Amino acid sequence: MKMATKPNLHSKYRSAVDQLATGLAVAATLLVVAPLVAIFVYLIFKGASSLNLAFFTHVPKPVGETGGGMANAIVGSAVLLGVASVLGIPIGIGGGIYLAEYGRGTKFANAVRFTADVLNGVPSIVMGIAVYSLIVIPQHHFSAFSGGVALGIMMIPTVTRTTEEMLLMVPNSVREAALGLGVPNWRSVLSITLKTASPGVITGCMLAFARVAGETAPLIFTAFGNQFWSASLNEPIAALPLQIYVYAISPYDEWHRLAWGGALVLIILIVLAVSLVRYVTSRGILKGAS
Amino acid sequence: MGVGIEVTNLNAWYGTNHTLQDIQLHIPANHATALIGPSGCGKSTFVRCLNRMHETNPIARVTGSVRIGDIDIYQDASPVEIRRRVGMVFQRPNPFPTMSIYDNVASGLKLNGYSNKKHLDEIVERSLRNSALWDEVKDDLKKKSGASLSGGQQQRMCIARALAVDPEVLLMDEPASALDPVSTSKIEDLIFELKSQYTIVIVTHNMQQAARVAEKTGFFLNGRMVEFDSTHKIFTNPSDKRTEDYITGRFG
Repeated sequence: MKMATKPNLHSKYRSAVDQLATGLAVAATLLVVAPLVAIFVYLIFKGASSLNLAFFTHVPKPVGETGGGMANAIVGSAVLLGVASVLGIPIGIGGGIYLAEYGRGTKFANAVRFTADVLNGVPSIVMGIAVYSLIVIPQHHFSAFSGGVALGIMMIPTVTRTTEEMLLMVPNSVREAALGLGVPNWRSVLSITLKTASPGVITGCMLAFARVAGETAPLIFTAFGNQFWSASLNEPIAALPLQIYVYAISPYDEWHRLAWGGALVLIILIVLAVSLVRYVTSRGILKGAS
Repeated sequence: MGVGIEVTNLNAWYGTNHTLQDIQLHIPANHATALIGPSGCGKSTFVRCLNRMHETNPIARVTGSVRIGDIDIYQDASPVEIRRRVGMVFQRPNPFPTMSIYDNVASGLKLNGYSNKKHLDEIVERSLRNSALWDEVKDDLKKKSGASLSGGQQQRMCIARALAVDPEVLLMDEPASALDPVSTSKIEDLIFELKSQYTIVIVTHNMQQAARVAEKTGFFLNGRMVEFDSTHKIFTNPSDKRTEDYITGRFG
């Protein structure tokens, strides 16, 4: 019975390979999660102690005085990200819709796709300088608006490319179903294709949002930072990453502590914002919907 | 009520591939007409020319004329208007995955801006009753996603969705080929019921199915229509040798 032993050997070998592959996958997963956990734990360790009510309600104190907070930077970041999202998300989604639904296979679409990929690779400091010369110099002043524009432009390529990818994953049969009912093409794109792809599109928007929320470089020449209260779009505005940067390179221990607190708050706010959007958009999904 | 379809000199291309050649055909109102033929013979392309779905492919082209009722669909109206009058059921059930059963059925009306809730409720119920699905889904119309139904139920939901916009013609492109025998026989019973109200054109690979549901049958081969006659004649005494070879299983 030569045949009987052979499959047996084979199955031992196969189960060993299977266990090896599983082990490698688990190890890789741990390596993915480890840096995030390490950063988060370290931030809590260093930053939690400087978080108190004043941190969220006060503006920074002048050098030499203790206390003070980052309330203006938290509001400032919210304003900047609001402007960036209002600008970057609609343009990004619009571009993605064009690439996937209208321009498929055309030279222009290929050029747009290439441009988006290049834009994605442009160093963020360059984006800051570009917006500086386009908006700040003509206006003769730094402003929250220019900072929001810089961040918004940085969001566009990520949103465009993920929207395109997600729309392309919607099966053609779904488009045909809508067109076959006498639904105009624009309506089918917005109400059927985009809606079907919306979980992925929202993920793309959140990725872009989280990425620019931590950007410092584009804001140095645009939003500039502000030690005082301001929520005006026309004035320089504080932002958490800027404030963290300024405090972290300062020579004062008190400011170093605040910088750690700021970093922790920034991460927590990003996680909260992303979770909130996920929760709001996941409601109303039906039983058994794919 | 259904209307008749008059096809004259219809030619269709995909790129340089001449997929339909000089089709002449009269499809009678309020009857089921079956189109049979081997894979790639052009029968699917043909039905897609009847609601101008063919031209959604950028490399596709059509010449000739198709009159449905008293309008020439390539001259007198936009594709959107045509598709409201000529419903289509596809080979694989294609529910809108984000929508409930109710919204799937109401989608054709809702997406065209119709929003009278009471009237929509009536139309959804009537359409689901017409497609023999009402009793199976009436309790979770708005709770369950259309995509959570079984394949056969999904296909009947897609039929209800097509009926809800009140078309005059219903095109069915191998509507049962992805379904099990029980679901298939339900769809066939349905076609039998529906032809009193609609003109039905059904593409099928299954010759028994054509024989069961259709009064008229057309045989397609290599982009041409070889023979068009009463179903009884096609299956018992075809005039063309190629038709006979196909139905007796000598090729295809």
